[in-house]
Formats: sequence, structure tokens, C-alpha cells
Amino acid sequence: MSKNPEFVKFDKVDKSYDGKVLVVKDLQLDIAEGEFITMLGPSGSGKTTCLMMLAGFETPTHGEILLDGNIISNIPPHKRGIGMVFQNYALFPHMTVYENLAFPLRVRKVEKDEIDKKVDKALSMVSLNGFETRMPAQLSGGQQQRVAVARALVFDPAVVLMDEPLGALDKNLRESMQYEIKHIHESIGVTVVYVTHDQSEALTMSNRIAVFNDGKVQQLSDPAELYEKPVNSFVAEFIGENNTFNGEVVDINQDKCKVKLANSEILANPISVKSKGEKTTVSLRPERALINPTDKMDNMFTGKIEEVIYHGDHTRVRLNLLGSSEFILKVPNSTSNLELKVSQDINIGWNSTDARALDPK
Amino acid sequence: MSSETKQILTTDGIPLEVSLKKAEKKNKIKAFLLVAPLLLFLIITYVFPIGEMFSRSIDDKMITNMLPKTFKEMEKWDGQELPPEEVFTAFYYDFKVLVDKQEHGKLGQRLNKEKNGFNSITKKLFRQVKRKKIDESTSIKEQIMKVHKRWRNVEYWQAIKRTAPPYTMSKYLKGMDMYYAADGSITQVEEDRRIHRILWLRTLEIAFFVTLFCFLMGYPIAHLLATLPMKYSNLLMICVLLPFWTSLLVRTASWMILLQQQGVVNDFFVMIGLVADDSRPEMMYNKVGTYVAMTQILLPFMVLPLYSVMKTISPSLMRAGKSLGGTPFVAFWKVYFPLTIPGIGAGCLLVFILAIGYYITPALVGGASGTLISNQIAFHMKQTLDWSFASAMGLMLLSGVLVIYWIYNKLVGVDNIKLG
Repeated sequence: MSKNPEFVKFDKVDKSYDGKVLVVKDLQLDIAEGEFITMLGPSGSGKTTCLMMLAGFETPTHGEILLDGNIISNIPPHKRGIGMVFQNYALFPHMTVYENLAFPLRVRKVEKDEIDKKVDKALSMVSLNGFETRMPAQLSGGQQQRVAVARALVFDPAVVLMDEPLGALDKNLRESMQYEIKHIHESIGVTVVYVTHDQSEALTMSNRIAVFNDGKVQQLSDPAELYEKPVNSFVAEFIGENNTFNGEVVDINQDKCKVKLANSEILANPISVKSKGEKTTVSLRPERALINPTDKMDNMFTGKIEEVIYHGDHTRVRLNLLGSSEFILKVPNSTSNLELKVSQDINIGWNSTDARALDPK
Repeated sequence: MSSETKQILTTDGIPLEVSLKKAEKKNKIKAFLLVAPLLLFLIITYVFPIGEMFSRSIDDKMITNMLPKTFKEMEKWDGQELPPEEVFTAFYYDFKVLVDKQEHGKLGQRLNKEKNGFNSITKKLFRQVKRKKIDESTSIKEQIMKVHKRWRNVEYWQAIKRTAPPYTMSKYLKGMDMYYAADGSITQVEEDRRIHRILWLRTLEIAFFVTLFCFLMGYPIAHLLATLPMKYSNLLMICVLLPFWTSLLVRTASWMILLQQQGVVNDFFVMIGLVADDSRPEMMYNKVGTYVAMTQILLPFMVLPLYSVMKTISPSLMRAGKSLGGTPFVAFWKVYFPLTIPGIGAGCLLVFILAIGYYITPALVGGASGTLISNQIAFHMKQTLDWSFASAMGLMLLSGVLVIYWIYNKLVGVDNIKLG
């Protein structure tokens, strides 16, 4: 069975609440069937609005949303057949776990035996068998979360929307739930649209991530590419950690450019700069800069250690380098550990391909 | 084995429980002292008056104290035929004391309530006693029987015997249109004189419908209040509360202006041609007026508990209901409505209980067909001065409310009632 690459399609969607500000601007987004796509962005970036438009609780001000080729803008939420997991789970507090799960089946007039079977299957998927008669208030946060996931899946929807479902859980539980949701997705192959502002959640779970800012998708790509090859400085800044240098391009060729900083010059990989004289922000991941590199690297500088912070598995070192005292270095906690002391001078090197010259901040 | 758990000691060697009690004692005293003024206030203004009302409603000591000797002698009388000489003698001496104290009139009034006709015959007897016409050396029975033929009627002596106990339930029976018949059995009054029963039923009926109207109108308002954005909901809240800030009397009076036959509402109906000018409907001094005015006045008591419950229902629950495939109606009926039941319970209970004892509004706009039992109570308090009867009806009302509360508790559960 060939998967429809445009299973969900946002076609030039605009959304404004007050007629003055566009919350979503000209959104063009295709979601493939069976894909796990995450909408990631800071709060107010329009990601939840997109989800609500897809679910049918908001209508686009302009443009169309298509589900499997059909325009759904005029279909009310209850006829869209889209499962949804809400931020605070939205379990019905007056119904037992069984009744919560049976609700979508009962309104679809499914036979009693069939309901029992499906509820049982959905509960075993989230390993909550035996909890049928509990009330939601008698469950822990993680269990409520799982019931909410099971309820959104029990009626076999084509698409499941998840609106920051793990926001209320503690860190350990959140991580284990991330894997659980990912495994459920892999085993049943449903299309998932997931909204979060937590980048690590997005990176671990998704097939593709759409980074939202200012009502626009800044970048849509798989997690590795998003992290390794951010296309603009917002994405570079938002995903992971990032050292930046602001400067001006003084020389540029195919795969290298020279960027003039306040009082020195570095080599970088031209991504969004085209010509000499352009302002740029160079972004470099902390783990790509090495201390005392043995290989030949085309950027080699000496910096002064300002601060050493122990993080267990790694040590963060803040350096004064090239006129900025905010340069962060991540040193893995390996056996050949270096002696790092404050106000010590160290040599730092990185390859120009890892230093991405992006649009100026 | 659990009963044999080892006693835990504090570091000083005092058992932990004792130590804990000691530490808690101070807090308990403090807490009690804080509520003591309220407790005292409640006892003085609530428990004590209700006790007083109860004793007044069953009190019949006055006549017991007036005729001590008579009742003592009557204990030996079987009550079938005319009482023996001793009873007449005892009655005569009791009566003489009353004549000296000029309290014979009270006795006549009290006995007249028991049986019509006593008033005149006690007056007759009084004149004989006053003029010292009764010869104490011969049979007093014969002489009293000669005063009036009713003194020869055994029913009148039976009536006196019935008043012997210091307590009586007759006021309560009267409140239910019943009385003690001559033979002491409980009997209903004639059909055309059963006015209290009509009033009780009408009170229940009006309270029920006022509650229903309040619910039907209050539910959407409360929902709107809970879901509107803040700036609109505040304005709406003021509109709901505005009646609260206006005097009850003023509100009722304005309803009188609106509803009377030459009133604003009728003028409007005539103006739009709904009714002819010479056949304006009567909307006041009947049940319609009572319904309209009471519903308006009691509406906030329905809206506020509903609002406070609806405010806590997350809007995502309705969304969840819809996204799971429920039509808006199903989502409302299966998800939203069951969650508002605590508010409905509280609102209905409040409105019903307030309505059942409502006084001013039905008194002013109710007319003859719109008055309630509370108006009857007030009538006996102020007009007939039969305070014991008023007390009895008041207590019947109170126990009715308690019964309703109990039924409510069985149906809805007090834990499920959320007042705010």
C-alpha cells in the first residue's frame, strides 16, 4: 500500500483572531500518511492554533486544510474522525476508564462486544489492563496520560493530534512516555501530529519536525538534519545549544566564506549568505569545537577559561574567545580527562563546515 | 498482631499519643474559642427560638393550671355519661377562683376553641357565681345543670376532659385540617373548610415551578457567565447580581407596576395588538404574579452555584467529547451536563427552600390564589394572635424542609452539592 505523502495538507492557511495580527501566516505543510510529525516552537508561535484548526475547533481565516484529499474546513470536529490527546488529558472525570474509552465507540453505535474488544486492546496497548473500573482521579498522572492516549486511538482514527501531552509529567516519566508513544506509533502506523515546546521531546520522537516561529514554519526536516543543518539562526538557537558570532562576510566562494568579527576573522560555511559585505551570524555547536585538536582544522584559536561547570556526563566550559566571553564548550567525561582550571589558556579548533553562516540575528 | 504494636515513646519517654494530644489540645481550644461567638449567637438566635416555638406550639398548660381540681376528679370519670357530683363540685371551686381573679373569660375563650358554645355558657355560669346564686351546701351538679342546658350535655364535659393534658397536638392537626372529634379520634374537617391543605399543596406547587423556571433560565445564563471572556462575563455578572443589591420590597413593588392591569406589560401587549384594550389579562393578584416575581427574585440563587461549578469544568472536556465523535448535543449531555449536577443540586435546593417559605412577594402580588403558607402563618401571628398555631405551622414548614433535604440527600447526595 503506497502511503499518501499529502495525507494532511495545509494549503496557504492564514489565521487571525482579532483581524489585526496573523497568528499563522501562509502555512504550507504536507504531512505523509503514517508519519510522526512534530510542531515545535516557542509559545505563541502558532503551533497550537494549527493543531486546533486541524481538529476543527478553529477555522482558518484563509486557505484550506485537506485530509486525504478532502477539504475539511467546513466539517465539524465530531465528523472529522481525528483523535486528540489534550494538554491536561481531558479525561471525563465522572466516567470510569472503561467508559472513557468506550465513549467514542458508543457515539459511533458500535456493538457492545466490539466495544469490549477494542477497549481491551487499547488498554493493553498502554499496559493498563485491569484498570477499567477506576475513575480518572484514582490514577496517577502517567496513567491518566496513557488512558488519554488509548482513548484517542481506540476508534482507529486516521490522524491523532497530541497537544503537549507530556507537559504535566515529571522528567523521568516524560522520557519513558516519549518512548512509549513512539513505540505505539511504530506498531500501529497511525499519523501523529504532535505539538510541543520541548526540543528534546521533538528530537527523540519525530519523523519530521516543523519548527514554528512567528506564525511561520522556519524549517521542516528530520531531527538529525534539523540539529546538524539549521537553515536560519532562529532554528539554530532554538534547537540545542549554539555558539554564535556576529560579523560581516569579507570573502566568499563555493563552500567557504571569511567572516570578519570585531577584531579577528573566522572561516565558515556559507548557508544563507550570498555575497560580500552581508551581515551574518555564524552558528557553531559546542560539541564541534575541540580542545587541543590533533587533526588540522581551519579555525584554530586560543581562549581563556572563564568558568567550569560539572554536569556529570560532561563538563561545560565557558571561554573568553574572539572577544566574546559566552563561548560554550562541552567536554565529555571520559577517562582521558583534561585538567581544566579557570583562567587557564587553551587551544580550540573547529572545521569551517560546522560553522554555519546564517542570517544575522 | 496489629493490636500488639509497640508503643512509641518520644525522646522524653512520654508515649507519643499522649504527647500529640497535649500538643493538639492548645490548638483545639484556640479553634473552639474562635467559633465560640458564632456558636453562642446560633444558640441564642436559632436553637433557642426554635425550642421556644416548639414548646409554644404544643403548650396547653394554661387551662391545666386553671382547672387543677376538676382534672384531678375527671381522672376517675370514664367519660361516657355525665360526670359525677365530685367533678361538678371541683369545677365549681376552680371556677370560683377564676372569677375572683377575673380570668373566667380566658377559660371561656379557650374552651370555645375546643367546642363552640362554651363562651356563652361560661358567661352565664359566671353571672350565677358572681351573684352567689349557687348554694354550696346542696348538690352543685344540679345547680350548674340548671344554669344552661349545655351544661347537661355530656359532649361539653368530654371537651373539658380533652383539654386536661398540659400538651396538645391539636395545633398541628389544625394545620393539616384535622381535629380531635368528641370521642378523641382524629378527624378531618369538612371538605369545604380544608384551607390549609390547599395552601400547603399550593406552596409546594409554586416552589416547584419557581425552581423549575429558575433552572431553565439560570442554566444558560450560568453557562454564558462561565464561558464568556472576562470583560463581558463581569458585566453579565453585575446584571445577575443587580437584583441582589436592590431591596426586596422595591423589586416586588416594581413588579406590581409592571404587571398590573393598567401596567407597563399590559400596555405593551395592547400596543402591539396582542390583546384588546378592554380585555387586558390579569397578571397580578394571582399565581402568575407570584411565579413571575418570585422567579426573578430567586434567580441569582440558582445562577451562582451553577456558575461556580461550571467555572471549574475545563473547556477541553467538551472539545474532547466532540473530537471523539460526539455531536455537540451528545458532548453536552454526556460530558458537560453530568458534571454540572452538583451545581444543579445546590441551586435547586436553595431556590426551593427559599421559595417554600417566601412571604413578602406572594403577600403583595399573590392576591387570593397566589398566597402561600407563610402568609397564613403571618396572618395568625398578626391578626388572630394565635401564636401557638403560627408556631406549629412554622415548625411543620421547617420539618417539611428537613424532609426535602433528606430526600435530596438520598437522590443527589450532599457531597455532590456544591454551594460555591
